[in-house]
Amino acid sequence: MSTSDRVSTRTDRPTDREQQVLDRIDKARRRKPKVREERVTMAHGAGGKATQTLIEAVFLDAFRNPLLEPLEDSASFPVDTGRMALTTDSYVVSPLFFPGGCIGDLAVNGTVNDLAVAGARPLHLTAGFILEEGFPVAELRRIVTSMTAAAEAAGVRIVTGDTKVVQRGKADGCYINTSGVGVYQHSRELGVATARPGDAVLVSGPVGEHGITIMLTRGELDIEADLESDTAPLHGLCQRLLDAVPGVRAMRDATRGGVATILNEVARAANVSVTIDEDTVPVRTEVRGASELLGIDPLYVACEGRLVAIVDDDQAENALAALRAHPLGHDAAIIGRIGDDPPGMVMLNTAFGGTRIVDLLVGDPLPRIC
Amino acid sequence: MRFVDEFRDAEKARALAAKITSLCEPGRHYKFMEVCGGHTHTIYKHGLEDYLPENIQLVHGPGCPVCVIPMGRVDDAIHIARQPDVLMTSFGDMMRVPGSGGNFFDSNAEGTNIRMVYSPLDSLKIARQNPDTHVVFMAIGFETTTPSTAMTVLRAATEGIENFSVFCNHVTIIPAIKAILDSPDLRLDGFIGPGHVSTVIGCRPYEFIACDYDKPVVVAGFEPLDILQSIYQLMLQLSEGRCAVENQYARVVPWQGNTVALKAISEVMELRPYFEWRGLGFISHSAMRVKEKYADFDAEQIFSMPGVRVADPKACQCGEVLKGVLKPWECKVFGTACTPETPIGTCMVSPEGACAAYYNYGRFTRTRIREVSAHEHV
Repeated sequence: MSTSDRVSTRTDRPTDREQQVLDRIDKARRRKPKVREERVTMAHGAGGKATQTLIEAVFLDAFRNPLLEPLEDSASFPVDTGRMALTTDSYVVSPLFFPGGCIGDLAVNGTVNDLAVAGARPLHLTAGFILEEGFPVAELRRIVTSMTAAAEAAGVRIVTGDTKVVQRGKADGCYINTSGVGVYQHSRELGVATARPGDAVLVSGPVGEHGITIMLTRGELDIEADLESDTAPLHGLCQRLLDAVPGVRAMRDATRGGVATILNEVARAANVSVTIDEDTVPVRTEVRGASELLGIDPLYVACEGRLVAIVDDDQAENALAALRAHPLGHDAAIIGRIGDDPPGMVMLNTAFGGTRIVDLLVGDPLPRIC
Repeated sequence: MRFVDEFRDAEKARALAAKITSLCEPGRHYKFMEVCGGHTHTIYKHGLEDYLPENIQLVHGPGCPVCVIPMGRVDDAIHIARQPDVLMTSFGDMMRVPGSGGNFFDSNAEGTNIRMVYSPLDSLKIARQNPDTHVVFMAIGFETTTPSTAMTVLRAATEGIENFSVFCNHVTIIPAIKAILDSPDLRLDGFIGPGHVSTVIGCRPYEFIACDYDKPVVVAGFEPLDILQSIYQLMLQLSEGRCAVENQYARVVPWQGNTVALKAISEVMELRPYFEWRGLGFISHSAMRVKEKYADFDAEQIFSMPGVRVADPKACQCGEVLKGVLKPWECKVFGTACTPETPIGTCMVSPEGACAAYYNYGRFTRTRIREVSAHEHV
């Protein structure tokens, strides 16, 4: 057979056998894409078929919603008139999985909480992934599944995203960035700068659980405790507080730096003093015990599902009742008051009966040697 | 929480404070030194000074092992860490201690691998897991931590681990106390003895303070009631005209110390002829080094290092603060040039240092705050 014969055969009609093969390929291409690799490779970040497969089989499959589905460069959605809130946060927690959660639900809850404490109702999230070459696809699926569950619990949708893969050793498994938009439902201006002398300081539950859980999970301490991260979406709790208490001045979620850091921000922004009573701050025994052993102060340890609220004194009890009526606020407490002197400082009345400053830390709390 | 809350009982504290106040002679001023940085931390963390009458002053002594490490030794450690295939480990609060060119965090930013560990045994574990890397443990601390370093060297020797060594900076408390007692501008009425050091060395080594220098010593625990109780015992001795070593921390400290721990130390280490203390200068026989027998585990034998002495900054008055001549806030650079973010002197370095504790916890007018908070909580 000459070359021209072969060409003519192709352009005319495929043979039955060839047609069968082509049909099979066509069918296979229409089939739901599947990631067959067990580990993320550089190809998954190259923008070609492998990237497409990863996006469709892992991310779209889990996050599926009408805004994400077109997989356009931007998600498009209508907005109500009024004010919107926009926030972003990156998550680099190590280890990626820990008792009570993983980097996935942390990334959703963290951004939801940043919107919620601003007084906004969270609407849509973005998700950007930076994956290290060799990262197990099964772990990525676990992370994505937990993000889906967290988004559902928070009533938000992940509407657009991005994936990059970096060479082995250039990242620590998986980093996630999430941004979020929300809409304000109250016209009130919240902000730590509005705190006034006499206001009450409330916290929605025991402090320091996330930070201590992470430290213990890293396994460097040889301490075991029955503890879980407190990661949780605070939108419902914030909404309830705002609905019930017109005198809410500010809300914050106590993440890195813990409650102490938030209160220092309040003291500085409003040029007031904050005085808290040590024996009213809720701390679980396990957290206290680990903190005592390590020589660190639970007030500085990170939470991922705890609200700190500054409320007009007259409405402090109402606010406490509103928080306690919500499942995430059972153990809420009034922990202190705003004063006017010394301005810019946080003071602690110790359980022992003394007084001391609660200052900002220079960096992470470091364990003391003896 | 058991073993904690009973030692922080405000009611018992009030009762003890009343007894202390009743022992004060009118017009007399009392100065007690708590030697140990752990005590300094407790005093500030719990606001203990609020219970003391105005004429009792606590002087924060030299017993913060992190604070007394001179800058030259930090430089030496960083020099070792810069050698190829070396991983340096140390305790967490060492990470921010400044050398002449920055601290361990700064050094890591420039490429060294200095990791925080909780025990020297963790360093040994890292050495086992990384046979191609030489793991150096920067050992610091008083007799409290010296036995664990000694035990780690013994274990490394038994297991024949070849990629592990110790950069020994262990110091001993007695020569430092003696140096303070011998300084001419000193005026102290008694000592709150270091509790954890005493679990190892016992109470006997302090007897010279009572016999030769006529100062009472009470070895104290680390909860606030322990310290208040010790101050009461010191006041009682003074009021009765006695001068003795007493053990308030008997629930942990045996009078004779821990002979097993002392044996481990003397097997592995020996006294150096002299050692430099930040803020106090050179003190003879005040530090330990690894014995020749264990030279294979001695980083000072394995690595050459600059060993350059870096003088304390001139503006720094840590020496005076350590001796109780100056209060932290009376130092010229306190809180301005010298802060926990940018410490100039030894006392600002670790949270246990006198200046850092005062800066972090105590820099306010106590009476004013009490009035304000009392008003707010009515």
